[in-house]
Amino acid sequence: MAHLARTSIRLTRSVLVALTLALVLLAAPLVSTPVSAQQASTQDVETILAGFTRGQFPATLAAVDALAASGHPHAAPILQALSDRRLVFETASRRVLWQEGGQTFDALTGEPVAAPGPTTDVRVSNAVRRAVQTAMASLTLRAPNPATRIEAAVSILRARDLSQRAALAEARAEETDPNVQRAFDDTLAGLALVDPDAPEAERLAAVERLTARADAGARALLLSVPADATDAVKAAAAEGIAAIDRRLEIQGHVQNLFFGLSLGSVLLLAAIGLAITFGVMGVINMAHGEMVMIGAYATFVVQELMRAFAPGLLDLSLLVALPLAFATAGLVGIALERLVIRHLYGRPLETLLATWGVSLILQQAVRTLFGPTNREVMNPSFMSGSLELFGIALTWSRVWIIVFALAVFLALLVAMKATSFGLRMRAVVQNRRMAASMGIRTPWVDALTFGLGSGIAGVAGVALSQIDNVSPNLGQSYIIDSFLVVVFGGVGSLWGALVAALSLGVANKLVEPLAGAVLAKIVILVAVILFIQKRPRGLFALKGRAVES
Amino acid sequence: MTSRKPILFRLMAPHIAPAILALVAAAALVPIANLAFPPDHALHVPTGTVVLVGKWLTYALLAVALDLVWGYCGILSLGHGAFFALGGYAMGMHLMREIGPRGVYGHPVLPDFMVFLDWEALPVAWWGFDVFAYAAFMALFVPGALAFVFGWLAFRSRVTGVYLSIITQAGTYALMLAFFRNELGFGGNNGLTDFKDVLGFSLQADTTRAALFALSALALAGGLLLAQAIVTSKFGLVLVAIRDAEARTRFLGWRVERFKLFVFVVSAMMAGLAGALYVPQVGIINPSEFSPANSIEAVIWVAVGGRGTLSGAALGAILVNWLESFLTGAYPEAWLFVLGFLFVVVTLFLPKGILGALRSLRGRRRAADPGKAPEKSPAGATQAAE
Repeated sequence: MAHLARTSIRLTRSVLVALTLALVLLAAPLVSTPVSAQQASTQDVETILAGFTRGQFPATLAAVDALAASGHPHAAPILQALSDRRLVFETASRRVLWQEGGQTFDALTGEPVAAPGPTTDVRVSNAVRRAVQTAMASLTLRAPNPATRIEAAVSILRARDLSQRAALAEARAEETDPNVQRAFDDTLAGLALVDPDAPEAERLAAVERLTARADAGARALLLSVPADATDAVKAAAAEGIAAIDRRLEIQGHVQNLFFGLSLGSVLLLAAIGLAITFGVMGVINMAHGEMVMIGAYATFVVQELMRAFAPGLLDLSLLVALPLAFATAGLVGIALERLVIRHLYGRPLETLLATWGVSLILQQAVRTLFGPTNREVMNPSFMSGSLELFGIALTWSRVWIIVFALAVFLALLVAMKATSFGLRMRAVVQNRRMAASMGIRTPWVDALTFGLGSGIAGVAGVALSQIDNVSPNLGQSYIIDSFLVVVFGGVGSLWGALVAALSLGVANKLVEPLAGAVLAKIVILVAVILFIQKRPRGLFALKGRAVES
Repeated sequence: MTSRKPILFRLMAPHIAPAILALVAAAALVPIANLAFPPDHALHVPTGTVVLVGKWLTYALLAVALDLVWGYCGILSLGHGAFFALGGYAMGMHLMREIGPRGVYGHPVLPDFMVFLDWEALPVAWWGFDVFAYAAFMALFVPGALAFVFGWLAFRSRVTGVYLSIITQAGTYALMLAFFRNELGFGGNNGLTDFKDVLGFSLQADTTRAALFALSALALAGGLLLAQAIVTSKFGLVLVAIRDAEARTRFLGWRVERFKLFVFVVSAMMAGLAGALYVPQVGIINPSEFSPANSIEAVIWVAVGGRGTLSGAALGAILVNWLESFLTGAYPEAWLFVLGFLFVVVTLFLPKGILGALRSLRGRRRAADPGKAPEKSPAGATQAAE
């Protein structure tokens, strides 16, 4: 019956309030269960509604509070109507009505009223509006949607609204959803802490609870321990703040690590195809970024086709795009190898120039076909939203990119080490003439290897279309980073590319809070340049005679 | 051609002499054609053309600088645009200081963008740039110093071939990002512009423009002569040896990294001079000059004209830019296609560039001609392996 006790604070305002309250007090034991408020009888509601017809603010105020506490199914629309001056009563019958969307409803039954008689407006003051606001908050504590209930608790805590404490405690007793229970407990703890009337034990418990919650909001609450609190409470709060600070710091580091890993995965995706074409084959493929771009545009085309022909399956368009992007970019890569690159083996600097030319052609071709503006590739539903883990919000798109990058890496590793094509590929790279003598068609292997690297770049394009603008310039923004990753990791080493990409990503995100995004990037670039002076062959340099020749 | 021959003879080699003569003639005649003849006269050269060709001449000087390191020493720098831009910024800073109180905000010392950013005082980096001689010195010194530090680190640790190309590219990319920042104090995104005059001469005046054209032509001629002097000296022969077989040259006792460092620094200063002449002619310098694409485009000028021919590099720069200005006017969509195909076709079918191909056609074979070396020697393979 705590809500009734709270109501009694306002009891003194007028006799009418007392009357109403008495009626409710009378009504409550009749129901006799803890959920009494949900089941106030029609009789009570009628009495409460009568409060609106007195034409006096104190009566209206009392009615607002009583109605909110009554659990009347139409309490929310009635209160909202009151606040918006849409609440009226029939002058003759004193029947309370509310108007909504050109219709009139009976406040008692919620039924539409066809032809109401002459009506009088219920007068509203700012005090009434405030009361309605508070009442609405406590109403939402019982809203059917758990998210709304949590939201209500959070907003009560934010407003430090002590008047809601009792209502909240009661709602907590009836709450069954564990998430909502937790939110209510947090709010109750926060209120206990700032409530000057709360006993020390309760405050200590509140401090403990907030310390366990350990986020910025809890920290702010602990900081606002009132001056009248006992020393024990103050000491506990200070300790709690220190603990939260430690925890927040660790969380910040973990979050940075996650951002770094996610950036590293993007770098890995962009660079991994290059680890094949440049790292394994020694071709300086400046058109690598354009293979990524082709993959991204393939994703766009697949999405548009599915939007046109199979709108129900739109969420799967990324899965459909994966093989198609691989095939498209791979075929372009094979064509590039057959037409241009095979004439230039052994002349790495010339390949650099020729492939740069090819990249210009591909960019302009895409610009001519699709226009120079960004194309929108939507995120499927499973990639939107975020994952809450130990108080850290990880967006799904980033989580998926990390998973995807590692999956692509593993797939490539398997293709290189466990398939017969991979075996031939490695044989050709290690000793071309010997491989040819063994009957391996080396030109064919060259073309397919280049196709594989390009295809993987295309697959990377599918992923990058989710986080970057799909435009003709997409590839250019990745080409320098990709080369740095491969060179930093050690040319020819897939594991090197993995380690390099992830460590560059993490390093970038660790420097970022200190120096800002652009400066962090500059610092990393310069650091890699200096590192290459120290170890010209990168982290995982290949050793042996094959390298020297 | 060996160092035994007298210097004048070496400098007036068949492919250099006509270029020098043409440049000196242009420096003398074009300003006359522009200034002395009335606009409707048959011999009149419009000011627009003077400015455009003047710009190309500075590009040609950049190409010669690049050819000096790439064509003769095998250092494919993908960051030469950075030296060009640094020289340009040095000149741009002087021109900004020359504006003085005539800026939009009328501040006696601070350039407009600093007033706009609410800066109180001139940053240290800007001190002294009101003196032309200091600015001109810095236009050479800053690129040279950067090249020295970069080259000292890179050549000493034997970063060669592809690796060097990639880190030079990363370097110019880093500089571009840095110059885009307002905090660096060089005008950020917008760069430096709205110049009024240089040494008291209005930059809008035809006479100033003609003079800048003549200066660019003479600078290019000077650059060609200097480069030719270097490559035909004994020093130059060591450079070619390094290009063709770096390890072998080292084993023969040459301090390879010192040779590379010297020529790299000279080349960077040449590029800086080109940038300093470029800025007053185009009237703006901004961070996009540092973009890696610009540096790669400079490489294609050299490749088109003929790697390791010096005058060919200058010719390539002028031809490609002429083609660009023609195509972007007539068929804007086509330009990148053409440039792209140019890269592919030249590397596949004209590995020695236009000048090299012409020379092959004439059947002139000179033992010391470096233009022929790349294919016969294992240069590419050596570079890849180093």
